[in-house]
Amino acid sequence: MIPFKIGDKTFESRLFLGTGKFGSNQQMEEAILASGSELVTVALKRIDLQTETDAILTHLRHPKINLLPNTSGARNAKEAIFAAQLAREALETNWLKLEIHPDPKYLMPDAIETLKATEALAKLGFIVLPYIHADPVLCKRLEDAGTSAVMPLGSPIGSNKGLKTIDFLEIIIEQSSVPVIIDAGIGAPSDAAKAMELGADAVLVNTAIAVAGNPKLMAEAFREAVIAGRKAFEAKIAQQHNRAVASSPLTAFLYE
Amino acid sequence: MKTFKSVFDNYDWETIKTKIYSTTSSQVVIALAKTKRNLDDFLALISPAGQPYLEQMAQIAHELTKKRFGKTIQMYAPLYLSNECQNICTYCGFSLDNKIKRKTLTGNEITLEIEVLKKAGFDHVLLVTGEANHTVNIDYFLKAITQIKNDFSTISMEVQPLSIEEYEQLHDAGIYSILVYQETYHRDVYKQYHTKGKKSNFDFRLETPDRVGTAGIHKIGLGVLLGLEDWRTDSFFNALHLDYLQKTYWQTKYSVSFPRLRPAEGVIEPNFIMDDTDLTQLICAYRLWNEDLEISLSTRENQKFRDNIIPIGITSMSAGSKTNPGGYVVDPQSLEQFEISDERSASEIAKVISSRGYESVWKDWDKIYSLKV
Repeated sequence: MIPFKIGDKTFESRLFLGTGKFGSNQQMEEAILASGSELVTVALKRIDLQTETDAILTHLRHPKINLLPNTSGARNAKEAIFAAQLAREALETNWLKLEIHPDPKYLMPDAIETLKATEALAKLGFIVLPYIHADPVLCKRLEDAGTSAVMPLGSPIGSNKGLKTIDFLEIIIEQSSVPVIIDAGIGAPSDAAKAMELGADAVLVNTAIAVAGNPKLMAEAFREAVIAGRKAFEAKIAQQHNRAVASSPLTAFLYE
Repeated sequence: MKTFKSVFDNYDWETIKTKIYSTTSSQVVIALAKTKRNLDDFLALISPAGQPYLEQMAQIAHELTKKRFGKTIQMYAPLYLSNECQNICTYCGFSLDNKIKRKTLTGNEITLEIEVLKKAGFDHVLLVTGEANHTVNIDYFLKAITQIKNDFSTISMEVQPLSIEEYEQLHDAGIYSILVYQETYHRDVYKQYHTKGKKSNFDFRLETPDRVGTAGIHKIGLGVLLGLEDWRTDSFFNALHLDYLQKTYWQTKYSVSFPRLRPAEGVIEPNFIMDDTDLTQLICAYRLWNEDLEISLSTRENQKFRDNIIPIGITSMSAGSKTNPGGYVVDPQSLEQFEISDERSASEIAKVISSRGYESVWKDWDKIYSLKV
């Protein structure tokens, strides 16, 4: 499989993980290790930056695992930018998953504030990965603003509904010059495989693994599904046909 | 300003009560079968006809809560700052006519109290007071908040209703959430329980969450004091209130609590008894109706109930609580608001949570999002 790059970092694994909702930090660590993921996102609001021994961070200290702090909790660009700077200082990484969802009910990303924040953060030298709606025009605008990737949602966050936005995801993947990471809504390994078959560069999964009966086993299943989907994409998956290709009723006359 | 009152005034207590008590089991079955449930469904699920479906409701509540909140329980502790109160509320230990010495914590005493909470691991503190506007007012609150804000990521408050301007000041000072319970939505019954003081003004209290929402506070907590009136009817109105607020102040988070009337110094017995089955039904109904609502359970409830309700729908728990100012160390014998039932320490509760396969979450907010930027 072809490794892929975001910014200056090369990834072997195309599966990114979230760290919330697990029944214990131990369970989270086991699942992350089993998933083979090299990039895990962690909410700044969950970490205690005052201490050297934060319970979550202690479980994420592994040589292959890179941290992707996220700004969950920010309601506008200003708050997100402020949080990003704090995260950079405290966690010594300029990588950032930009989440601005002012609506606590469905956690729908605010396109306008996200664009503003991406522009400002890119100028400040951040590797920005913004969580957004599957909006192809917004993706191009984010590219212009200096984003390092785009993270369109497959369906509402935490919903496990799969790729409800598939038609728009296909357009985004077709048009994008930056990596496309499908975030939110991926409920089953088959959804992840499908995203990879479409040509997404990576997927980010959290709820589906965290609340599974056996998170570690589910993490393995996702790892394998992502690999299978990506291999299928690289092998140039056969296209579906809506009807059988009959003998040539319309052009047969040419050969009569 | 449009407030909840304009919605509330369209409803009549008796009509709703009749609707709840005449719900049929087929209405419950329809509500259960849906994936998106509205207030009518909530009404059916809290009805007596809903009770035979409790296990089914609990299963769905468990799945929905797990999906939205994961296997986590947030931890918080109350810090009672004062038991001074100018109100007469016949069910409350702090009631003005309860002739017992009152106490308001000084700065030094607050320092001693929070040391105990920090040592127990708490990062979310809920500040509670009675209503004594001359001494325990916005100036007192701001001073207390400034004093403790570096010690806690999340500071919530459950104090007397304030003005929009005062809530804005609290928001700027770093207050994350405001809890204000209507106690009962029955206007006449409310008057009987709240006979004197500012709290006797039903409408002023009813419109308080609107003022909190307008001020941009991150989270609003509602509740009714279960035992004052028919819990089903009161809970419908509480849900109606939440529904209105969620649609109006859409950037705000909401939580609900279920204080059941507890024994306290010199107070009345509950007129309406809500047993554990009822409370479980209510928690499930809230979750089935409102997937993202935070549901909090205090130490008013007993050990057995608290341990078993963990996987059913609640999202936050207090532990090791004292309901009197100075209760943790300064003045353990001062007048308490009510007797707690679950007396286990925070670490004991954390162990219970863990043994149920859940993670206790101590920090889920960062001050940086509350700072004025």
